[in-house]
Amino acid sequence: MNGVLAIMSRELRLAVRQSSDSMMVIAFFVIAVVLFPFGVGPEPQMLARIGPGVIWVAALLAAMLSMERMFQADYEDGSLELLALTPVPLELTVLAKVLSHWLTTGLPLIIVSPLLAIMMNIPPEGWGILILSLALGTPTLSLIGAVGAGLILGARRGGVLLSLLVLPLFIPILIFGVGSVDMVLNGLETKAHMLLLGGIFLGSLALTPWATAAAVREAVA
Amino acid sequence: MADFLGDNLDCIRGERRVLSGLNFQISDGEILVLTGKNGTGKSTLLRLMSGLLRPQGGELSWDGESIAEDPSAHNDRMTYVGHAEAVKPAMSVLENVEFWRSVRTKPDKTAMDALAAVGIAHLANIPARYLSAGQKRRVALTRALTSGAKLWLLDEPTTALDVDASTAFGATIQAHRQAGGMAVISTHTDLGLSDVRHLNLSPS
Repeated sequence: MNGVLAIMSRELRLAVRQSSDSMMVIAFFVIAVVLFPFGVGPEPQMLARIGPGVIWVAALLAAMLSMERMFQADYEDGSLELLALTPVPLELTVLAKVLSHWLTTGLPLIIVSPLLAIMMNIPPEGWGILILSLALGTPTLSLIGAVGAGLILGARRGGVLLSLLVLPLFIPILIFGVGSVDMVLNGLETKAHMLLLGGIFLGSLALTPWATAAAVREAVA
Repeated sequence: MADFLGDNLDCIRGERRVLSGLNFQISDGEILVLTGKNGTGKSTLLRLMSGLLRPQGGELSWDGESIAEDPSAHNDRMTYVGHAEAVKPAMSVLENVEFWRSVRTKPDKTAMDALAAVGIAHLANIPARYLSAGQKRRVALTRALTSGAKLWLLDEPTTALDVDASTAFGATIQAHRQAGGMAVISTHTDLGLSDVRHLNLSPS
């Protein structure tokens, strides 16, 4: 357990010292959303209609940006093979890295999302569910992204390959995330959407650490 | 008394047979020095011993039990220092050493003692990005000193080290074996070790 905490604190310390990486993800998220009013025109009804979808897609792409780096730096400097050889099980090491990835990219995305909701003219009753759906969905993005990040180690043009591998897997999260906000805005019940998002999260939590650890083992062999 | 044994090992890397039918045995207080030309499989053998690679044929065992049976027990008794330094430039020297010490279950030397042992205690608080190649190597060596592991696997541990530091590290290995530890070292330099076993991997 101490080992897992040590890995967590190392990851967070590195993320804080290289905080420009996280800032870049947030900046991308904000700019991507800001582009839409320019592209589709500034009519408030139109923005409110597409707002939840735009914010979710932008969050997904922003999270994508940072995923490639999840194991890459450790792979290049030799830390990853040593992490695979520590007494801490690799599955837990991977989970610690995913959690710190979420804390440094997913969580900030959630924090700035209300600001973007105001900008996209989403009615206030939708803000809560937007934050909640992002809070349930973004950890799943980090978990699934980690499998891809492990698989692309050693490949050229890994970032593009990673997008091809994991973006299709994000579709269900996108559907239920955006769907939940639309339901609330139309005065409907969102329990089913939340349960599905939660279910996908728990399923990923149970399965992806094994898959990621296997991919990492293959990469360092 | 522990026995680390390799029996009839075969290893194929990139469709080339690197090792075939190789045997080795090492017990408490023994040092095995791997020799042989470049590309004869010294690093491959060390990676097999660490468990990073699995042999295509044959078996590695510790006290009669295959190391693949319980990888985490093997990781617990072994430390591996490879070619890559695994030093994070954004962390201080001390933080780097402390981290690798903190993931061990039974760590040995404290981080400061280990840094003193490799002669860079005065650099403890500077960011690792300012270290020279030899200084980074010394930081990598502290991983063995702090690990508390019985088996040290060292792949060319003294690359980029000056003569004094190499000799000092040789003495550290000697102290480790006197405490009942074992070490497998691939090296081209003389570390001043006496009474070691040699395993020559060059095809005869």
